[in-house]
Amino acid sequence: MGRYIIRRSLFAIPTLVVIGMIIFAILDLAPGDPTSQLPLNVPVEVRDRIREALGFDDPFMVKWLKWMRLMFINEPLYAINSLFGTCFVECPEDLDRIISWSSRTPAFDIIIERIPQTVWVLGLAFILGIVIAIPVGVISAYKQYSAFDNIGTLVTMVGYSLPVFFTGLLSIVIFSVWLGWFPTFYTTTHVVDFTSWDSIWFQIKQMIMPVAVLSLFNAAALSRFTRASMLDNLNEDYVRTARSKGLGETKVVMTHVMRNSLIPVVTLIALQVPGIFAGAIITEQIFRINGLGQLLITSINSADIPMVQTLTFLFAFLIVVFNLVADVTYGALDPRIRYD
Amino acid sequence: MKRAKWLALFAVLALVLAACGDGDGDDATATTEDGGAVATTEAPDTPDATEPPDEGGTAGQGGELLLLQWQAVTHLNPYTGTGTKDIQAASLVIEPLVEYDADGLIVASLVTEVPSIENGGISEDLTQITYNLLPDVMWSDGSPFTSDDVVFTWEYCTGSEGCGSAAFSNVTSVVADDDLTVTVTFDGPTPWPFVPFSGGTEPIVQREQFTACMGEAFVACPANLTPIGTGPFMVTEMRVDDTVTYAYNPNYRKASEGKPFFGTATIKGGGTAEDSARSVLATGEADYGWNLQVPPEILAQMEAEGFGVVDVGFNTSVEAIRLNQTNPDGDPPSDYSGGTNPNPFFFENADLARALSMAINRDEIAAVAYGTAGTPTCNVWPVPGPALSANNDFCLVQDIDGANALLDEIGYVDTDGDGIRELPDGTPLAWDYVTSTNQVRQDTQALVESYWDQIGVDVNMRNEDAGVFFDRASDLGIWKFFTDIEMYTNTAVGADAQGYFSDYQISAMPESTNDWGGNNIERCGSEDLDATWAQLASTELTDPARNQLVIQINDLIVAYCVIPLINRGSVSAFSIELEGYGKVNGWDTEFWNIEDWRLSG
Repeated sequence: MGRYIIRRSLFAIPTLVVIGMIIFAILDLAPGDPTSQLPLNVPVEVRDRIREALGFDDPFMVKWLKWMRLMFINEPLYAINSLFGTCFVECPEDLDRIISWSSRTPAFDIIIERIPQTVWVLGLAFILGIVIAIPVGVISAYKQYSAFDNIGTLVTMVGYSLPVFFTGLLSIVIFSVWLGWFPTFYTTTHVVDFTSWDSIWFQIKQMIMPVAVLSLFNAAALSRFTRASMLDNLNEDYVRTARSKGLGETKVVMTHVMRNSLIPVVTLIALQVPGIFAGAIITEQIFRINGLGQLLITSINSADIPMVQTLTFLFAFLIVVFNLVADVTYGALDPRIRYD
Repeated sequence: MKRAKWLALFAVLALVLAACGDGDGDDATATTEDGGAVATTEAPDTPDATEPPDEGGTAGQGGELLLLQWQAVTHLNPYTGTGTKDIQAASLVIEPLVEYDADGLIVASLVTEVPSIENGGISEDLTQITYNLLPDVMWSDGSPFTSDDVVFTWEYCTGSEGCGSAAFSNVTSVVADDDLTVTVTFDGPTPWPFVPFSGGTEPIVQREQFTACMGEAFVACPANLTPIGTGPFMVTEMRVDDTVTYAYNPNYRKASEGKPFFGTATIKGGGTAEDSARSVLATGEADYGWNLQVPPEILAQMEAEGFGVVDVGFNTSVEAIRLNQTNPDGDPPSDYSGGTNPNPFFFENADLARALSMAINRDEIAAVAYGTAGTPTCNVWPVPGPALSANNDFCLVQDIDGANALLDEIGYVDTDGDGIRELPDGTPLAWDYVTSTNQVRQDTQALVESYWDQIGVDVNMRNEDAGVFFDRASDLGIWKFFTDIEMYTNTAVGADAQGYFSDYQISAMPESTNDWGGNNIERCGSEDLDATWAQLASTELTDPARNQLVIQINDLIVAYCVIPLINRGSVSAFSIELEGYGKVNGWDTEFWNIEDWRLSG
């Protein structure tokens, strides 16, 4: 297993390099200019100087090699050195970094600022989605066609078929505009102080709508999947065997059926993790959570190509990593699968 | 039994939720009462009083001011920033020497009075202007503000390593005569000298802080995100494209007058214009919302909730249709080439431009696409006053029959019966009509197309992404103008007609030979226009002949280069609890008087 992980990890490197190259090339070919956002009266010499300072007019190969060096060498070095306060190879302040065109600050500094709110809201919605979906899926399957199953099917179908931009706006209109319970926007500068109820309550209030809307959506798909997987297994011969040797229903369902049914579900969950980041773009726009998704949108709008390249690459990186994680957990959960 | 349990559970849940809602309501009232209390103690200090009573040290007691700018702030330095959103956010911190008030008049900011020829501040030959700085002004770090900082700002902005502000292009020197006097010398007579160091776009930066930002460091200088200023607030945290938080500046020169009232200010970005409007008008969560391009009926509905009011500020912004005077199919395309590459339809063709303009129903465009945020105009210089031309007002009333008659008269008739008129040589009046991708612009395009359809003119509507359309290097951009008709908005810097019209010189045309530099995008040029502008540039600001010259130039441009449509305003929303902001300032940053903003009693 260890060897398998190492082999897969090494194989991920060329994959990432190729992905990086494709992302870079596509975005570099896209029209756009770092100075197009400037007021009309800015003279042409100034525009040229800004373009030159940002390296916009360099040939494609030069730009690409430079970007690769920054992305794969300088940024990791910077992260390591500034984390440990060391000067490994070069001191952090001497390292060239990927600079955003619109803010002219290092792209990763902005990304790090954005991670907390994205993880808070989307991570919580994801976990909550799982916590709701699995019991609902298991019970629905075990009591197929019962009232619980029917209601569960209805709710999950509604949750799955209503897009987040609709349920999001609906919840804002009901809970913010009519009832005035929750804020219409998310305050990213709020630092949660766990010793103060007011502070915690403030955080809960601003998270409750986006988390609820997103977890409804996440749970809907996952619980359908769990239910289907459970139904497949409940009719298997080994379940009859387990029952006939006198095992209690709880034991049959929880130990035998669930363990086998959850194997594909766990894979699905692992594969969905990168999707949390990319897929939450709409939710972040609606609830005005200035996280990674919103950053991607603003960067696209302002033709901030380095920022878009960096973010897209990060998403790609997450997808590769979690694919690996999914494969490994699959092997760990199912003794029949062996990779070596 | 089971069902009863569930019901009970739901009932409890509902109660808990209701309780939370109540608690929230109580909180809100508490804050208002708080604000009210502060305002009451200051009751003798009426908002309009210039010399308040000895209420020293009350600055910063008004709590939090929450400002929404849905286009989030990227930068806090107007010289490197990317637009109005950044200029606005920077203006809480760094200030110019003089600024524009809500009527477009120059008022003193960091100087004792506005220089003029009468008070000796402007030299008789109009080449020099001398500013007397206010004494005892301090930067927020406690160091004194002197003429040396003004000189530095010029150094920072000029030379090969400069910030590149266009405001300094005709400045030859900026000299500190003493600590509180600074003289700006121009390369020729400059009747309108209020461009450098004037308004939110040209503030003074601190020498000590920005010395490190010259040359290579210009682009990624940290001071661009946390400038030190002389203004009412100072930056406490800057999150790029997200939130800026400020605290009041205890060293502010009006701190002893109890200004600014608010202790902290926050500019929150993100979402859409409609989201911002909702948070100010429908839920009352924020105090101010900027640039609310929201369909008029939706805005009115939100305003009816009673939490806030909507106000509009106007300046010289005019959305207009631009007629290419050069031939986009020529060789080289859209190149003036000394006048040898004229557009077959539009080149100095006043009758055609007039007919196209007459056919347009500007009232309908304003009502459908702009609401309160736009009024019809027939001029490129739309400012009310003695310099406003009344010669083009025919365009305010749609006249399809008149337009048809005019086209018949000049011999542009439909000869082949396809419903589209042709030039005498048989070329149909059919053009590409390009603008940026934006709902308001597409609505306008659709309306214009329908009007022109009625006079036998066919246009093919196209729109380009703003990032491409406003890109000088792009073949689809406004500068190259490789089509016949474009539509976009242009705005003067401040109230300077002379500087604005300097763009309509033959020498300012973008051409392949000058790398598409220059801003005479319509290639609108004639000896007549050049001569009239030269006359304007040498006429004193106080000379009434100036207004006549502005009108003449305006009329020349409108005659065949530009079809003005709408004078665009900036729509903002204010909480009803807010006062002291006056009216929306379209000429300068809307936060130009933020030190006067306060909660009502």
